[in-house]
Amino acid sequence: MITSASRTTVKILSFVGCVLFILNSGCVKKDGTTGGSSSNVATGNEILVGEFGSMTGSESTFGVSTHKGILMALDEVNKAGGVKGKKIQLKNYDDQGQASEAVTIVTKLITQDKVSLLLGEVASSRSIAAGAVAQQYKVPMVSPSSTNPKVTQVGDYIFRVCFIDPFQGSVMARFAINNLKLKKAAVFRDIKADYSVGLANFFVDEYKKMGGEVVADVSYASGDMDFKSQLTSIKGKNPDVLFVPGYYTEVGLVARQARELGLKAVLLGGDGWDSEKLTEIGGDAVVGGYFSNHYSHEDQSPVVQNFVAQFKARYGEVPSGLAAQGYDAAMVAVDAMKRASELSPKAFREALAQTKNFQGVTGMITINEERNAVKPAVVLKVVGPQKFSYVTTINP
Amino acid sequence: MLQAFLQNIINGLAQGSVYALVALGYTMVYGVLQFINFAHSDIFMLGAFSGYYLAKWLSPAIQNPMLLMVSIILGSMAFCVAVGLTVERIAYRPLRGAPRLNVLITAIGVSLFLENLGQIIFGADPQVFPALIPTRSLLEGDGLVLNNIQLTVVLVSLILMGVLHWIVRHTKLGIAMRAVSFDIEVANLMGIPTDTIIIFTFTIGSSLAGAASILYGLSYPKIEPLLGMMIGLKAFVAAVFGGIGSILGAAVGGIVLGLAESFTVYYISSTFRDAIAFGILILILLFRPAGLFGTFRREKV
Repeated sequence: MITSASRTTVKILSFVGCVLFILNSGCVKKDGTTGGSSSNVATGNEILVGEFGSMTGSESTFGVSTHKGILMALDEVNKAGGVKGKKIQLKNYDDQGQASEAVTIVTKLITQDKVSLLLGEVASSRSIAAGAVAQQYKVPMVSPSSTNPKVTQVGDYIFRVCFIDPFQGSVMARFAINNLKLKKAAVFRDIKADYSVGLANFFVDEYKKMGGEVVADVSYASGDMDFKSQLTSIKGKNPDVLFVPGYYTEVGLVARQARELGLKAVLLGGDGWDSEKLTEIGGDAVVGGYFSNHYSHEDQSPVVQNFVAQFKARYGEVPSGLAAQGYDAAMVAVDAMKRASELSPKAFREALAQTKNFQGVTGMITINEERNAVKPAVVLKVVGPQKFSYVTTINP
Repeated sequence: MLQAFLQNIINGLAQGSVYALVALGYTMVYGVLQFINFAHSDIFMLGAFSGYYLAKWLSPAIQNPMLLMVSIILGSMAFCVAVGLTVERIAYRPLRGAPRLNVLITAIGVSLFLENLGQIIFGADPQVFPALIPTRSLLEGDGLVLNNIQLTVVLVSLILMGVLHWIVRHTKLGIAMRAVSFDIEVANLMGIPTDTIIIFTFTIGSSLAGAASILYGLSYPKIEPLLGMMIGLKAFVAAVFGGIGSILGAAVGGIVLGLAESFTVYYISSTFRDAIAFGILILILLFRPAGLFGTFRREKV
């Protein structure tokens, strides 16, 4: 029952629908201005440090955990007298888990708040987008947990205190073959996340190199809710392990649907699994899976145990890997500030680049020529609701 | 090979019936008022959240899982009806008789309002929808899997569509509804209380969205305030594909879309999932703008 006038209306409406869809899928803004960072030199009684992270949005636990670690580190430093007699003040904004928002916020931190150093982000796609801005204004940025190789390739002002995807991907490949003795793998990657694609690629390379067989390599897009078609095709190939290097929200659903379809492969993943929500969403389906991470609170070394005790006393919870990374990122930055010849972004950059054998909570950190941290990884096993137990440490 | 094919049919049917239920809401409002109620997808989202909170409150009181699920579905349907009618009363009724574009823009405004309100109230962080009934496998021979949740989703959808069909075809209210959709002015002259019929239409549409949201939450236990956006667009495509304004069309359109997505992801690539949905929309608009079951009526001069 449609009139010919409404025929045009339907077309218009559909067009509006499509436009809405495109608008909502998000885009990255480019900022054309270039400016020196001379105005960001700390001159007052404080050194301003900017932090951007996903305090809300679908990966909010990443931002919140990291922030707790950073806050704790900076409070410790300030209590001990600060850096060169100056207190460190933290400016923290929420990017809502969106790359475009991260770009806006970082521009604001640099041009309005005049911070001399940036801490953030966890997700690689947002670090890459925001890193371009930091590089443009020549303000050093230290990412606590972005593991995609491209992050520090943005420029010489971008650093990280975590290992990179090639390492994480190959750690899980080595773990599957050496420790689990499973030689038939399927890979299920999130093609919308640089992080996931990076991990998947390096897993596949290393796994094949070590004599394993990759029987299926399929993809999904973050935000998807239904993975049954892909999982049906994976099930047909009958793999021993299923590597899902995604973020916890999707991984939880993937695991659930995989088990519903009767797929029995052991699930493997990366540090994107590290959230208490993983077992909330995934339920029993994720139990028995393994993932690589930056640290384990079960590690008995005194540095880790001391950190865990202090964190518990302050927040009443066990620190996640991301909190530990946040803490280390802030501490590495402070260490560089102390060694810097002056309190300028440029001097901070020089000092950061020379970081060597810094004892962090997550291991001995050395920054290499590509501005990446060289350090060991741990493998954790999901044993129950919000419980991950330490399995082994794999060195670089 | 055959197993995979059948498995994809099962998966596609479960997904498609949710699309169909939401599409019915779009198509019914369109049939009566000739505008797309963009806020419908957000009513769906609110339904999912009301189900989430209802489950929290009711689960200690009601032990029987079946009874619990039914009461949550009914509760959510009631909540969605309340929201749908409020939106109709506040935003759409004052614009009755205004150009259709005005109502359309208002609908987009209401949609954005509800989405952002949801983010303020519930937070942008996704919540885990509780498993009301434990997942059980009903069929597990030859690698073909069908679980009780998938079956529930399809069955509940079919029942609701059957009830709707009966109402529209065999009750006085339904006849009045069809009359209003045929010509609202003449219907008014014939003594049909058009405002009541419009309220009735919103009631049915919103209650279906409420039911669909619970079925959706059962299958994909992750809900967030922007949940309705994608589902809404897909359901809209389904409604246009089936012929907007046609109830049978919306039902068929939803299921076809669910199947098409399932097969595309399996046989081609997951990257084409959304492309296929919107590709269908473009093709249907090019070659059969009235949709599968829609018919064009010449404008009276």
